[in-house]
Amino acid sequence: MIALQRIGAVLSKELIQLRRDRMTFGMIVMIPLIQLLLFGYAINTNIRHIPVGVLDYSHSGLSRVLIQTVEATQVVKFTQRFSALEAAEAAIANAEVRAVLIIPADVSQRLARHPTVGLGSPPASDELTARPVAQWLADGADTLVAAAIRSLRGMPLTELLDKPANRTTPTFEVTLLYNPEQRTAVHIVPGLVAVILTMTMIMFTSAAIVRERERGNMEMLITTPVRPVELMLGKIVPYIFIGAVQVAIILGLGHVLFQVPINGGLLQLAAATFLFITASLSLGLVISTLAKNQLQSMQMTVFVLLPSILLSGFMFPYEGMPVAAQSIAEALPATHFMRLIRGVVLRDVELVQMMPDVSWLALFTLAGLTLASLRFKKRLD
Amino acid sequence: MTELVIQAQTLSRDFADVKAVQGLDLAVEKGCIYGFLGPNGSGKTTAIRMLTGLLRPSAGEVRVLGLKLPQAADELRLRIGYMTQKFSLYDDLTVKENLRFIASVYALSPRAQKARIDELLDLYHLEAQQQRLAGRLSGGQRQRLSLCAAVMHKPQLLFLDEPTSAVDPQNRRDFWEQLFDLSAQGTSILVSTHYMDEAERCHRLAILEYGIKRADGTPEELMRNLGAQVVEIASSDPRRLKQRLLGLPQVVSAAQLGSRLRVLVDAAISDPVAYLSHQSALAADDALTVVRPSLEDVFVVSTGARSQ
Repeated sequence: MIALQRIGAVLSKELIQLRRDRMTFGMIVMIPLIQLLLFGYAINTNIRHIPVGVLDYSHSGLSRVLIQTVEATQVVKFTQRFSALEAAEAAIANAEVRAVLIIPADVSQRLARHPTVGLGSPPASDELTARPVAQWLADGADTLVAAAIRSLRGMPLTELLDKPANRTTPTFEVTLLYNPEQRTAVHIVPGLVAVILTMTMIMFTSAAIVRERERGNMEMLITTPVRPVELMLGKIVPYIFIGAVQVAIILGLGHVLFQVPINGGLLQLAAATFLFITASLSLGLVISTLAKNQLQSMQMTVFVLLPSILLSGFMFPYEGMPVAAQSIAEALPATHFMRLIRGVVLRDVELVQMMPDVSWLALFTLAGLTLASLRFKKRLD
Repeated sequence: MTELVIQAQTLSRDFADVKAVQGLDLAVEKGCIYGFLGPNGSGKTTAIRMLTGLLRPSAGEVRVLGLKLPQAADELRLRIGYMTQKFSLYDDLTVKENLRFIASVYALSPRAQKARIDELLDLYHLEAQQQRLAGRLSGGQRQRLSLCAAVMHKPQLLFLDEPTSAVDPQNRRDFWEQLFDLSAQGTSILVSTHYMDEAERCHRLAILEYGIKRADGTPEELMRNLGAQVVEIASSDPRRLKQRLLGLPQVVSAAQLGSRLRVLVDAAISDPVAYLSHQSALAADDALTVVRPSLEDVFVVSTGARSQ
């Protein structure tokens, strides 16, 4: 009872201070809002309109039609014409274009012998027929751009010859669940919840205790009967609500602006978010007992934030990482929340089906709170 | 025998290679105002922090209100009040919000809170400022607010660490009146200061220097038992006289007060006036008078005149 009253005292004090701190108050709303707009629109792994050039040795009507057909795929956009190979290579080196399509002088002969033209498959030994129609010279350093150019390798040319599509039967039938249109925002927006919460929650709480120390309030606080764990809880609770507000902003706006579906139950969503917020807050508290000033606490926040963005599966699939990186990712609360929130929001998974992630977050919170309370000494030495 | 609220034996505290407090013995009686007098860095704050359980002593025994420290520090917190040297309440909270926070932390019931806060605001003349942010208060108002917070839970023992360092003389006088009121109600008070006039108001005091207690007793005792005699010399050239007198081994110290020189002469000399007037440094028309020692003289003698 008395403990509750003391937690309440810290809590209401924290709320009053938060209300007076206009800057922080504004950040609570502006960080998720701006980052959502920024990343929601900016991050796109479906690459389109890559600027490319063309080096046309044939100067034929056929080559012009070929260029138009390639541009119609929307993967690339021809921005430059070259007349010499050196100029084309220089343009790639200067990043003026990302790739160059080289159309050989004998493009019409090559096309005529191309198997898709439908003259029947010539014997494999016939070297002439095995030659591709034209060549792409691409900047292979960026793997995503290279992959997009490579996807053009087998593009059908039937349109070029005004012939009906002569489709071959694919080896596999692929059905894309949950995001059939392959919109990146569907994948990114739920992940943004994890990234933004990691940033704001750890930042706010890690500064919370350090600020008391910096402003000299700590000497007064430790002479009062308030217990470390009461102080920690009183400081955490207001931020749970702030975190909830941020999640609502991101998912609500994501739904309206980017048509991100929310397939799972709101209760499941709330439970997953609560687990992650408390885990991040307790991590912030641990940082605040380690840091000597607000600058240090900020640096440590960034130290956690970067792996949370890059290793959590937000941008790059977890499965593609080496085992060592995977085990680091497993330690981060953001990784587990990334799975939970994508599961709940996109695939309508129930939390009971994802117990390993749920229990990791719960344990992390418990361990963090205990560690922070133990490290926080009510003494000056 | 009167009850002791603070008992300390050979209390010491080292910070790396600095000995902040060395072998401090203390016995503070209930209901008294006990002063720590000493220059900055003399170990006053460290001593107070050990007595409040905020710092663990490197050596020595402490009992405060009968509780052994540092083991019983948590229990002690409910029974003592501590006003820190630097203002340590929240600048971005109003006077009333600060007091409400303190009251809740000490688990006063909502009804008792309101009554106690109103009583304190009235007693310490802060009603007009109750909606003002603590960061916008004047030095005197802040100090009264800190005192309000420190006495919120009616502690039996109050620690004040240089409470008047940022306050004007009128506010200091009022503040001491308030301390005497608290003392009259049975609160024991330990206050540190580097002001002589404040030290003189204490019932008892200890003079600290380099973490060592140089003297203790009531101000009267200390002045009576001063190991030196005080002579004031009205001189036409007190600055030159001072330089010459300080060369004498029997002269403990000499301090200029306007056109006069206040000279402390070793107690072994039975007639200090005769001794001084025989010195060649004195001019014929210099007037010598034996005067009553002040606390400052006690301070100078007990700290070995190092502050010359």
